[in-house]
Amino acid sequence: MAKQGAASYDKLIFELSSPGRRGYSLPARDVPATADVVPAKYRRKDAAALPEVSEFDVVRHYSRLSRMNYGVDTHFYPLGSCTMKYNPRLNEDMARLAGFLRLHPLAPEAASQGALRLMHELGVMLAEVAGMDAVSLQPAAGAQGELAGVLMIRAYHASRREKRTKVLIPDSAHGTNPASTALAGYDVIEVKSNADGEVEIDDLARHLDTDVAALMITVPNTLGNFEPRILEITGMCHAQGVQVYMDGANLNAILGITRPGDLGFDVCHFNLHKTFTTPHGGGGPGSGPVGVKAHLEPFLPTPVVVKKDDAYALDWKRPKSIGKLQAFWGNFGMLVRAYTYIRTMGPDGLRAVSENAVLNANYIMKRLSKDYDVAAPGPCMHECVLSARRQKKHGVTAMDIAKRLLDLGFYAPSTYFPMIVEEALMIEPTETESKQTLDQFCDAMIRIAREAETTPGLVHEAPVTTPVRRLDQTKAAREPDLKWMGGSGRPPSPPTSAPIGDMGGSGRPPSPPTSAPSA
Amino acid sequence: MANVPGDLRYTKDHEWAKPDGTRYRIGITAYAQEQLGDVVFVELPKVGTKVTATQAFGVVESVKAVSDLFAPLSGEIVEINTALPNAPQRVNQDPYGQGWMIVIAPSKAGEWDALLTAPQYEQLLLSEAH
Amino acid sequence: MRYLSNTGPEQRAMLDVIGAASIEALLTRVPAKARLARPLALPAAAAEMDLVREMRALAAVNADAESYTCFLGGGAYDHFSPTVIDHMILRGEFFTAYTPYQPEASQGTLRTIYEYQTMIAELTGMDVANASLYDGGSSLAEAALMAANVTGRTEIVLAAGVNPLYRHVTATYCQGPGVKLRTVPAPGGAVDLDAAKKLVDLKKTAALVIQTPNFYGCLEDVAAAAEIAHAAGALLIVAADPVNLGVLEAPGRLGADIVVGEGQGLGVPLSYGGPNLGVFAAKKELVRRMPGRLVGATVDLDGDRGFVLTLQTREQHIRRAKATSNICTNVALCALMATIYVATLGKQGLVDVGELSAAKAHYAAERLSAIPGVSLRFPAPFFKEFTLKLPVSPDRVVGKLLKQKILAGVPLKRFDKALGDCLLVAVTEKRTRAEIDQLADALGTAVA
Repeated sequence: MAKQGAASYDKLIFELSSPGRRGYSLPARDVPATADVVPAKYRRKDAAALPEVSEFDVVRHYSRLSRMNYGVDTHFYPLGSCTMKYNPRLNEDMARLAGFLRLHPLAPEAASQGALRLMHELGVMLAEVAGMDAVSLQPAAGAQGELAGVLMIRAYHASRREKRTKVLIPDSAHGTNPASTALAGYDVIEVKSNADGEVEIDDLARHLDTDVAALMITVPNTLGNFEPRILEITGMCHAQGVQVYMDGANLNAILGITRPGDLGFDVCHFNLHKTFTTPHGGGGPGSGPVGVKAHLEPFLPTPVVVKKDDAYALDWKRPKSIGKLQAFWGNFGMLVRAYTYIRTMGPDGLRAVSENAVLNANYIMKRLSKDYDVAAPGPCMHECVLSARRQKKHGVTAMDIAKRLLDLGFYAPSTYFPMIVEEALMIEPTETESKQTLDQFCDAMIRIAREAETTPGLVHEAPVTTPVRRLDQTKAAREPDLKWMGGSGRPPSPPTSAPIGDMGGSGRPPSPPTSAPSA
Repeated sequence: MANVPGDLRYTKDHEWAKPDGTRYRIGITAYAQEQLGDVVFVELPKVGTKVTATQAFGVVESVKAVSDLFAPLSGEIVEINTALPNAPQRVNQDPYGQGWMIVIAPSKAGEWDALLTAPQYEQLLLSEAH
Repeated sequence: MRYLSNTGPEQRAMLDVIGAASIEALLTRVPAKARLARPLALPAAAAEMDLVREMRALAAVNADAESYTCFLGGGAYDHFSPTVIDHMILRGEFFTAYTPYQPEASQGTLRTIYEYQTMIAELTGMDVANASLYDGGSSLAEAALMAANVTGRTEIVLAAGVNPLYRHVTATYCQGPGVKLRTVPAPGGAVDLDAAKKLVDLKKTAALVIQTPNFYGCLEDVAAAAEIAHAAGALLIVAADPVNLGVLEAPGRLGADIVVGEGQGLGVPLSYGGPNLGVFAAKKELVRRMPGRLVGATVDLDGDRGFVLTLQTREQHIRRAKATSNICTNVALCALMATIYVATLGKQGLVDVGELSAAKAHYAAERLSAIPGVSLRFPAPFFKEFTLKLPVSPDRVVGKLLKQKILAGVPLKRFDKALGDCLLVAVTEKRTRAEIDQLADALGTAVA
């Protein structure tokens, strides 16, 4: 049934507020009252208009909001390129050990040896996984890892007194690649991909000259395929003094199978929230360590965790370093989780991760290849890209299919990416999903393909079982409403007298029942 | 096929230009706004800005796309459509009328003649459709 | 390998459907020359109970703020965090969800971000706040670049009191775009406003940056700084700790154009410095130049209220090389912690936290500066953190007090050589009078 039951709830925390209600307790002041510790000049004139709610209000409100989300815990999440795999609970417990969770970043090094040792060991392990010589754990997410990597390349060329101004990026790249490169001060030059998403070697050769600082490329590529001529590509680049950067977003496909360093890459970043099971948290925090070959090691972000005899330290004396990316040493909480995961899996386990990710993706591609167009012939690696161009002939787009999947109990694949594929549906099952789940998903996809032909209206209508139906994105962008304004200048909020405990008591009229199947 | 008025000239980037006394009024074509979808934002330069033919003078945005606006003619911007920031939907509703963007006082002779005529622009649209 | 699902027979059945003889047969595009011919040289898989034992031992080596009395600050603070936060964020629907790109299946995350944006805008006194950046340092760096873009100018003038770690990050981000940084001294702890007036250039300066309270703990005169910046056509960027803003005036009310800060104090664990919470808020005229995600309210097909990511054309996945920032993943879960923190503490709680911290810090400053040879380094008013001048090496003092399970403060030598004899001490609402007295006694002995 649409918009009914527990998932339907339309409150904001501000709308639960009742003057004088409290959700916290703090001890009474135990120091003498000193008059005017803060001079009036610096004090707030009007109290901040924040909610006044009870602890129970908080728990029920956020519990109800949580139920308006799909997460990996509750739904298959085949979001291509994002690697939505199971987030082990052990990782959470380890990150919450007081010695890690409550450790201050400026605690003396002698008092932080456990944390520094964990970081040092994780750096060594990541270097081994990627075939790199050194790793910085500092970048806060993949995009910051990219920035760090490109800045290191820039510093390297500058140290050789070379003025290179361009970075080559395939047209199939993630948007962060050109954005990070531009932020590092380079001109971005797009290199063409062929229909299979592979780099056009001739086009690359045309662009390679001594003005080019780097080639930035994702392996496996964003169509889910391994770049078969990658050794030739990295070789061509090096012949021109061009550094080669690997976007490690898809590293989860090649663990123990091959390594960026062995493929000729000079730099690569790791997305710990993709490959190494740290949670995505609704959009972060991530963690984007960056690995480099020895010639780039002097340029790593400051400080670097070093081991001297049996002690660990932060090394700040890095005269060639590109600088700092965030105030402290990295997203340590994520590092603990990734470390726990790698130690849990071991070398054979990590290899099995990639093998099963590849198996699962190929299984989906095969099962759906009759009903959907495959963007590039397989075998694929950890994800496959389909095109809904056949369905579009019936007026059903990739977005419609994504929305229909929500009704059938699945989160959606990535849509409209990579941009070089028309009506792209990018599906990444990950290794943690079972054959049963994949079969259910494939059955749903095949069912939608049928519906596109026979009852396209049903697909256009979707979703109807979610807490809200399709949303007016145009209105959101034309009339930005970015914060709650209470009663002032806003359409009236639902009556506050409505019973809060009433299921679906949001003040909206009941929606008519639909014929949509329940998920 | 999108509406292509016969009395205007066009660029290959889907802007139109229309003589207005000694000046030219500029906007984007019906085809361009269809391709963009609902326009949500238009960024225009200040009056007095000098522009060069084929160079970007502004930006038009839909929910999920951004497109540069290219000047059909060189010259000085003498007027902008101040209604667009608050009513970007005019670009969708009336691209050749209320959805106009800027008025240019041209500084180079001959550029008008180099622009695409309506039949030529229609030809371009046909070729882009395939 | 307990995280993998497929059994051998299932793998076989899947390979049969695919028409491949083995998984190996699916990897033929990987060049043979680049194949790893050996297992990765990593420790063997550890059983859960063995690993837990080892991790506990590793964690126990650290002097954390639970088993030690923590007076450390410098950008990370041991504030109280209500227990409900962790219970809520551990709901899998929150912590195992992705960026809310499919809004119909992500209303929980979208609503909490909208609440977060509202709370941060209210605390900072700004029109709009984004959905978060990485941390205080990268938020300041993004603000500097945004100011340069908005004004078309190429220099940023920073007060010396801005956290040196943030300044370091800002310098890193500014090297690509070629934005130059200049520093105004702060001999009395607070920025020298006359010197700032001279340094802020009518043509080149994109923004003046101050932090309040600043790295040394001193409060800055935001309104005076705003006047100097605006007289030169520059923006004023203020770095502020939002947990203080229940008591301290909102920078937006004093003329700030962009407010950034580290939001860790709002219920985010110390976690050895990350993940943190990059706060970023601005005036509404600047919204289309802002970095990061924004959530907006709208309606669905039935006219019911709903929330979406909006103004996305600013972002890298659409504007690519011309995006306002390269940021993609932010710190949504930390923003959720802050949202639940602010909801729980609420209107009065944030005032109480601020008042208690300030009262205890001032009590501590009085006790500590009464020790012979120990004095407050700066005369400027402070809030919850202050700089002490010691008669002996701060590193030695810190080492001695560590043995008594006290994390006494941050020696400033690493950040500013001129302050080699100084110790930065922070006091939050969590410190008791007994703990402060114990610190005073131990410090007194250590410097005697």
